[in-house]
Amino acid sequence: MKAYVYVSLKKSVLDPQGKTIYGALNKMGFKGLEAVRQGKFFEITLDRDLTKPEAQAEVERIAREVLTNPVIEEYRFSFED
Amino acid sequence: MKFGVIIFPGSNCDHDAYWTIQQVARQSATFLWHESQDLENCDAIIVPGGFAYGDYLRTGAIAKFSPVMESVKKFAEGGGLVLGICNGFQILCESALLPGALMRNVGLKYVCKPVHVRVENDDTPFTQACRQGEVLSIPIGHMEGNYFCDDSTLAQLRREQRIVFRYATPAGEITPEANPNGSLDNIAGISSAGRNVLGMMPHPERASEAELGCVEGFKIFQSLVGSMATR
Amino acid sequence: MPAYAIAPELIQEHGLTPDEYEKIKRLLGGRGPTLTELGIFSVMWSEHCSYKSSRVHLQRLPTRSRRVVQGPGENAGIIDIGDGWACAFKIESHNHPSFVEPFQGAATGVGGILRDIFTMGARPVAIMDSLRFGPIQGKSPTELGSAGQPGAAVLTQAEVHKNHSLLEGVVSGIASYGNCFGVPNLGGETKFEPCYSNNPLVNAFALGLVRRDQIFYAKAAGEANPVIYVGSKTGRDGIHGATMASEEFSEASEGKRPNVQVGDPFLEKLLLEACLEAMQTGAVVGIQDMGAAGLTCSSCEMGARGHVGIEIELDRVPQRETAMTPYEIMLSESQERMLLVAQKGREQEVLRVFQKWGLDAVEVGRVTLDGKMRVLEHGKVVAEIPNQALTDDAPVYKRPVQRWEPPVPREMPENIGLAGAGDLTADLKRLLGSANICGKRWIWQQYDSMVQTNTVEGPGAGDAGVIRIKGSQRGLAMALDGNGRWCYLDPRLGAMHAVAEAARKVACSGATPVAATNCLNFGNPEKPNIMWQFSQVIDGMTKACEELEVPITGGNVSFYNETLGEGIYPTPVLGVVGILENVRKAGQMGFREPGRAIVLLRGGEPADITDVESEFGSSEYAKEILGSVWGYPPELELEKEAGLQKALVEIIAGGLVDSAHHCSEGGIAVALAESAFPTEVGAKVNLLSRGLPTVFVLFGEDASRAVLSCDLSNLLRIQQVAVKYCLSAEHIGETVPEKMEIQLDGRVVVSAGVGELLDVYEGALERALRTEPVAAAN
Repeated sequence: MKAYVYVSLKKSVLDPQGKTIYGALNKMGFKGLEAVRQGKFFEITLDRDLTKPEAQAEVERIAREVLTNPVIEEYRFSFED
Repeated sequence: MKFGVIIFPGSNCDHDAYWTIQQVARQSATFLWHESQDLENCDAIIVPGGFAYGDYLRTGAIAKFSPVMESVKKFAEGGGLVLGICNGFQILCESALLPGALMRNVGLKYVCKPVHVRVENDDTPFTQACRQGEVLSIPIGHMEGNYFCDDSTLAQLRREQRIVFRYATPAGEITPEANPNGSLDNIAGISSAGRNVLGMMPHPERASEAELGCVEGFKIFQSLVGSMATR
Repeated sequence: MPAYAIAPELIQEHGLTPDEYEKIKRLLGGRGPTLTELGIFSVMWSEHCSYKSSRVHLQRLPTRSRRVVQGPGENAGIIDIGDGWACAFKIESHNHPSFVEPFQGAATGVGGILRDIFTMGARPVAIMDSLRFGPIQGKSPTELGSAGQPGAAVLTQAEVHKNHSLLEGVVSGIASYGNCFGVPNLGGETKFEPCYSNNPLVNAFALGLVRRDQIFYAKAAGEANPVIYVGSKTGRDGIHGATMASEEFSEASEGKRPNVQVGDPFLEKLLLEACLEAMQTGAVVGIQDMGAAGLTCSSCEMGARGHVGIEIELDRVPQRETAMTPYEIMLSESQERMLLVAQKGREQEVLRVFQKWGLDAVEVGRVTLDGKMRVLEHGKVVAEIPNQALTDDAPVYKRPVQRWEPPVPREMPENIGLAGAGDLTADLKRLLGSANICGKRWIWQQYDSMVQTNTVEGPGAGDAGVIRIKGSQRGLAMALDGNGRWCYLDPRLGAMHAVAEAARKVACSGATPVAATNCLNFGNPEKPNIMWQFSQVIDGMTKACEELEVPITGGNVSFYNETLGEGIYPTPVLGVVGILENVRKAGQMGFREPGRAIVLLRGGEPADITDVESEFGSSEYAKEILGSVWGYPPELELEKEAGLQKALVEIIAGGLVDSAHHCSEGGIAVALAESAFPTEVGAKVNLLSRGLPTVFVLFGEDASRAVLSCDLSNLLRIQQVAVKYCLSAEHIGETVPEKMEIQLDGRVVVSAGVGELLDVYEGALERALRTEPVAAAN
């Protein structure tokens, strides 16, 4: 089973990298863009023995306690069997 | 006075802080290994600059889980003196010994240059040798020095006079041009509520000897030594 | 071993000629190689590892002095610097990988040179780099299409944009690696010419300190001593990087991305600390990093140096990927790996250190006495080659050499006139804002130049980088220099200038130049003209190094810097190291305060008008403002140059001056402006034309000159030193507040505020990078 964790800056926090990419894309002539946010992506391969609820709890804890700094970042995750 | 300088894998200003304490401030110093919980009866702890754990994941994010930081937390809670410089400041924020976080510089690039900081509070163990409003020239060298916290934290920091250094012009004006990294309110350094923990982005150990062109950073070490003598 | 039918195409794909293949068979006692062996020969006999085309010429270089502890042939050269200290230093190219992937290419270039230093037991204390890119300032095709600039014709806006991203990528790669590793970057030099558009040069220099009695060598010894593999796991990265560096670039090379290695500066920092700590145990016999040609190169070179054999069991090699073949494991160029030989029975002491730092360290083999490199997989021999066959017996070519003339006029073109007599302030500004002369703060501010708290003069503070040595009065100064355009016009003279200027920069910091390292960047050596350039450069370098007493202790040759048949300018880059007896007296380049005397210290006198006209064509002024290149580089009298350098050291040590700055690109006018910039103290000078054109007097690039500023009362003593070394020391003016005024024979020809000039100078690079070329997006 694999877990995919996405970490990004909170909406309330300025994301200069996203802003720069947004500016560059616009300048290159890409159309219809409203905003770009940059984040991080983690692919976590889990032990087969873990049940789905166990895995859910474990990944939630990893995302909250390690992968994210709650002052500036937020996370979401999904699973793939 | 005995100073402990922590070594994380990837610390690279550990030897610099050690040298300044031992050879310039003439105090005893020892290195503390990240895997040890023993602070060896040190009177003050320095969390040095560098790239602990390569700054991978986030600056300071992995270092906060090391055994030595557990001891540092207890030490700080008991009123012990802790100085975090650059990466050390980032680690202290990640460890929640100081509020807020240090984000990527607004210019997105690493910046190494001398800057000016204004002393906002001279009533701390780290600044007692300075005057309130005094401007110090101290170099910075970082990619993530852009201090951020939410509005209520900022209000609290102000109220409790915990903003210790702010980026300023040589004349002491706080301007956007003087801010090298987009830091909130030009913040360069803050202290804990008890004043015993200080985090700062500029490197005082790089401005502590005439040979290196500047000695104004040495006031931080002088303050520390002075405050411990009267403790 | 299984007999393997090697098809001729396979031999060719490995970059080996039929003759070389026959030689391989002879060296293997008549049998043909296995595929793994073929791969091993192909990398070891590649130009990059074997120096087969350059070796016969490199032998001419002076490599000895009483200070040289280790000359060429080891991971780095070493010189004795007194007080029980020695310093290891070297410069190396990473041109091809940086073109393919600028960030990782440059980063791993820094990583590689740092490992070369710390394998010798030296802690790296400074790095610098010499970079070359194509133009970054958009220009009209007519401006670019001037005679004698290879590559000019094909330059488009899209290419200018590509040059921007190459520059940005290379600089962030260097910054990311060096900053994380924790070594100060003292700057270096960056230049732009159309010929580097598809062939950027990334030459990285590193210097480390080691106690004289604690130097380590890359030499295996002692039967049955364990061979230990340390660091990163082996993956398929960079397989055939060494052969890639030995081929010209084609369109297909850009598809070579998977070949480029990815650097991990954090791991390298751990490797540094662990290696130095392991060396302290006394249980390490020899150590070498796995750079180009990875495990192959490190094991056969260590064996060959120690006249022993090395046996490797591949099953024990830590691997990052599955199902790797012996061929792949032996040829992998995964970064941050080391091979070391430990004393039998004491291997645990060594392994413990690496464990402490969280690094993989595994015994993978042992030393034998049969002088062979033997590789085993599952207990079976998959390669067995005498080490000498891979190293000393590698082919050496005396490639044909044919004299060559650059396609430029040797005399000043008739449509160009130097007579203009008006105000030259605008010309000075254009030069100060030109890519080659403008301030490079945008680059070096991204580098940590202060970590380790030894930096006395970082980038922008002086002509050379200066560091102190903790616990000693002494300091070290270092500078890089190379002028490709001059070498293009006259390879021999151009190379002499490169040595002279690098040493002059060191002398301007008050240090005595004592040794040098070279990075030789050239086109395809199979072309007789290129080989002639190379041979000429070696001759010039030999002469200059002898006269200026800076032996070459090592370096690197990079051939095949060609894309689609277009070669680069022959570009030797010199790194010169000097010793400062008292680091507190290091010379600065900036004027200190108004009211001081300005002195022009110079070797030779300016030549007559004919020479002036032919030399001026090699200047930045000719290129930037007249839009043309012709003639020859300025003359260089090495005796005068040596005198100038000795005089500078004596004058600075005597505390006679406030500042010293060498005159080079842009001539005396630019040198005065650059001296004014650090403190914004200006100058008012009066120059004498002696009948020469105004533009030449201001912007001519005569060699062997430096601008000094001093207290007027020291003038006489400076002049006495000058006389002693047969130099002239002419009092040309005074420092003044905030203004730059240059007169010629009493007539004002430049007048501007220092701040105004500084804006142009400091802002030019960033402005060029911010300006998006219009056509870039398409």
